[in-house]
Amino acid sequence: MAIVELREIAMARSGDKGDGTNIGVTARSHALYEFLADKLTAAVVKEQFKEICKGDITRHELPKLRSLNFLLENSLAGGGTETLIMDAQGKAHGPGLLHMKIDVPDNLLP
Amino acid sequence: MTQKDKIYIANAQGFWGDSPLAPMRLINEGKVDYLTFDYLAEITMSIMQKQRMKNPDLGYATDFVKLMGKIVPTCKEKGIKIIANAGGVNPKGCLEAIRAALKDSGVEGVKIGIVEGDDILPDLSDLIAKGEEFANLESGDKIANIQDKITSANVYIGAGPIVEALKQGADIVVTGRASDPSVVLAPLIYEFGWSMDDYDKMAAGTIMGHIIECGPQCTGGNFTDWKQVPDMANIGYPVIEANPDGSFVVTKHEGTGGLINIDTVTAQLLYELGEPTRYLSPDCTADFTSIEIAQDGENRVAISGIKGGEATPTYKVSMSYAKGHKILTTLAITGPDAIEKAHVVSDMVFKRMSMHGIEIPEEDRFLELFGTNVLYKGLVDSNEQPHEILMRLGAFGDDPRKLNVMGAEIAPVLTSGPPGITGFAGGRARATEIVGYWPALIDKNNVHTSVTVEDA
Repeated sequence: MAIVELREIAMARSGDKGDGTNIGVTARSHALYEFLADKLTAAVVKEQFKEICKGDITRHELPKLRSLNFLLENSLAGGGTETLIMDAQGKAHGPGLLHMKIDVPDNLLP
Repeated sequence: MTQKDKIYIANAQGFWGDSPLAPMRLINEGKVDYLTFDYLAEITMSIMQKQRMKNPDLGYATDFVKLMGKIVPTCKEKGIKIIANAGGVNPKGCLEAIRAALKDSGVEGVKIGIVEGDDILPDLSDLIAKGEEFANLESGDKIANIQDKITSANVYIGAGPIVEALKQGADIVVTGRASDPSVVLAPLIYEFGWSMDDYDKMAAGTIMGHIIECGPQCTGGNFTDWKQVPDMANIGYPVIEANPDGSFVVTKHEGTGGLINIDTVTAQLLYELGEPTRYLSPDCTADFTSIEIAQDGENRVAISGIKGGEATPTYKVSMSYAKGHKILTTLAITGPDAIEKAHVVSDMVFKRMSMHGIEIPEEDRFLELFGTNVLYKGLVDSNEQPHEILMRLGAFGDDPRKLNVMGAEIAPVLTSGPPGITGFAGGRARATEIVGYWPALIDKNNVHTSVTVEDA
């Protein structure tokens, strides 16, 4: 096992959906997708985003795209047109999640 | 009309303000049959509505009209058709402006089609009386709370009326708030003769639209592995090579920068995605979990297998409304103790506003210290002793004159506050109106679109 940042094993893109955001996370291999589908739960992401996301987080699976889609409710302090926060569209939520430390079996590392 | 065996659709503008270089390059540097332009975001309609209130001839994407004079001569020569949701809240005004622009560039024999009926602002009271509730899709709140403050109300219409304009011979189709994927789906229905109840194909065209609607976000822009992306300055805008069976290839012109691989396209498939098995469009529901994706040579990604279902009986409506005002001031603050200084400055400004008789309640105060890892709050360690930060101090309120006092009292802290505060430039900040966003639904039977095709 090795502790790596999530970006070593996945990619991410985020954007706004009203007052919420979505983060699409794409694993770097099908084996890593299976690993992340098991480990990167909505609860884990909620723990990461507890200071940013004030609502629920739900997760959807897209195995053919090696991807997980996280929906973060109430994560933009009022939403794109209303808030004063710098990241009003949540563009940094994906890159931010990729800094998460995660313990990965050696045989799965790219 | 003989059916083509492949249609090339390119998106030249991903948003209002996208690179003005893209359209000309797309039509000059490779094969394109249809050029689409996506101009409208929620806030855009409200801005356009305000422009139209000041001048009834305005209220559309003026950039688009300027572009038409430049690109239509080449499009006409090559037989490239143009579809754009550039009409904003005034497609007719947009048509007249295009007509004038084409006359100036000496282009003749072009037909322009407009699609109207998405703007329901004038009919809102009647629709509510008829039983439309327009409850907020996110909060469930009642429309009565904001009805007197609504500044724009537009229905996301589908591909149908655009297909009709193409059938009537339009070379340029301008719509109001057509949904982004529908401007890509429409030419496929028209050229391939797709039935609009063949939902797998509707979903395929919708997903093509979703992939290219943000321009180069599928060709290597905004991509995690950006260091692998060559020549981003020269990035190619996306081109779809669509097949009659609904399968397609995402590519870009030879000689352009950027990168198209499974990962760059997947990133865009996920962009602003909600529930993946039920992506709602006016034309269908699309299932993103059905997508089969494969590399098909350098900078080519092939997609097939898309499944779709029937559209919902409602259209989405996007309304905007006046929701008070906000002001934002910024100053650079240097260390040591930059964070502590910022809190002192914030406190000074609100105390001085009090001396003017203006009390800003705690919940209407805003302070963000950029440089303390505030965008990554909780995701990375916070930065306790940065040498420099950008203080973003603001407030919310109904009365812009009161908020403007913050704009007047921010600069004086340079001479009366802690040392090492700098970066005051550009004059006093002023309050701006907050555009509230109100998403809702409307019964499809209550929406009546119309199509007009005229010689330019």
